[in-house]
Amino acid sequence: MLRIECPLCGERQYTEFRYGGDAGKPRPGYDVADLGAWHEYLFLFDNPKGMHREFWQHVQGCRQWLVVVRNTATDKVAEVMLASDAQRRTADGPSGR
Amino acid sequence: MARYSLSRLVRHAVTDRPWPRAWRDAQPRNRYDVVIIGGGGHGLATAYYLAANHGIDRVAVVERAHIGSGNVGRNTTLVRSNYMMSGNTQFFEFSLQLWEGLSQELNFNVMLSQRGQIVLAHSPAQMDVLARRGNTMRLNGIEAELLDRGEVRRLLPYLDYSTAARFPIWGGLLQRRAGTVRHDAVAWGYARAADSLGVDIIEGCEVTGFLRDESGVHGVATTRGRILADRIAIAVAGHSSQVAAMAALRLPVESHLLQAFVTEPVKPFVDHVISFGAELFYISQSDKGGLVFGGHIDGYNSFTQRGQFAKAQSVAECAVAMIPGMSRLKLLRHWAGIQDMTPDGAPFICRTPVRNLYLDGGWCYQGFKATPAAGWCLADTIAHNAEHPLVRCYSLDRFERGADDLDEYGHGHWPYRH
Repeated sequence: MLRIECPLCGERQYTEFRYGGDAGKPRPGYDVADLGAWHEYLFLFDNPKGMHREFWQHVQGCRQWLVVVRNTATDKVAEVMLASDAQRRTADGPSGR
Repeated sequence: MARYSLSRLVRHAVTDRPWPRAWRDAQPRNRYDVVIIGGGGHGLATAYYLAANHGIDRVAVVERAHIGSGNVGRNTTLVRSNYMMSGNTQFFEFSLQLWEGLSQELNFNVMLSQRGQIVLAHSPAQMDVLARRGNTMRLNGIEAELLDRGEVRRLLPYLDYSTAARFPIWGGLLQRRAGTVRHDAVAWGYARAADSLGVDIIEGCEVTGFLRDESGVHGVATTRGRILADRIAIAVAGHSSQVAAMAALRLPVESHLLQAFVTEPVKPFVDHVISFGAELFYISQSDKGGLVFGGHIDGYNSFTQRGQFAKAQSVAECAVAMIPGMSRLKLLRHWAGIQDMTPDGAPFICRTPVRNLYLDGGWCYQGFKATPAAGWCLADTIAHNAEHPLVRCYSLDRFERGADDLDEYGHGHWPYRH
């Protein structure tokens, strides 16, 4: 069973969490009018067979959004952090500004 | 290739000679008109229809492992055309019509069994939804019968009709022409028929890159050398993103696991294909007696090709809620296939932004039943370098254009549908 170490609640089964998709894509700014940029953000995926940076929400625990780095070929989790911490760590922030 | 027939069967029974290989062990040539990446049902069907319908016989199917080792042998073998959204309805009905003639067409028994599929309704509102779906089918010339509780009970007496049933049965929608097919025979039948028309089926040959220039792709690099081709098609199911990435293409696809389950064999009692109405759950009984069933995807992207136990548990709960007697059966096997999920749950059969490169992918639960029509339409698309009318809705740029609502569930976009 895939298990995820929640930074607040400890190690839990993945069924307590909800997968939230690719966390590696910067969201276009709200004033970006280029539909191509939004199409890419919403619909196109790298979908790697290997390390993947992704969102999970601990819906049956602390309800925090997490960023998990996981190998999709083995399901081994390499790193878990709160999404808010991940955002602070990214110099540009999620909007790319 | 000698045709299979009753007289040939008798001859082989009285002589001691072994049956010959059904297709050649082809070695890669330097150049082909069309190279198809992926020796699954879709790739082999495409090769067959390129040769049979369009006279294009300089075709190679290159397969990393052995043919039929992917999702064509991992599905729950169901075929049906009870869709509601325009585009899907016509495409899957065409596929079912091709299934109906396939054993004769290929001279290979694919063991189509049109035992009928019943989708259950567990509330009056759900009956309305099924009535609408049935009416849509009938408007498209596909027979559909709305059944009330009594009629369902006559056909499926072993469901839970007690007052304690968690999901009471109000009725169902029956498509009599739906059923099951022996899935391995589909890969073998198409392979043998394509081979007899001159198609090279090259196993143990993994594509490692595309030969590209500014005008598009003109060949593939493989573990067995370079192969030049005028046109190249990708038909690799769960690894569409990986192969497309070699041509610098990003797809609207995430790869997810779908599990299938088989119980120990028992005497025949499930005579139909049944779909639960309270959850995504579908079941049929194989000729060997095992109950074959499946449910939703595991719920997060993965290439591990093995399922999580939590899904086995929730699918088993569906089984017992619907057929209480199943609680006494042992689960014999379960496995997972990697399938590419798309934002609207519909596939791609199309040209791509890369010249000479075609895509068949994004099949979301429904790749197996689509096999003949996908092969037919992809072959037509390659031959004419323009999408077959039935698959114009399955284009790669439909999200960008905001076109063609194909979403059967009306959920709206979610990156890991459904």
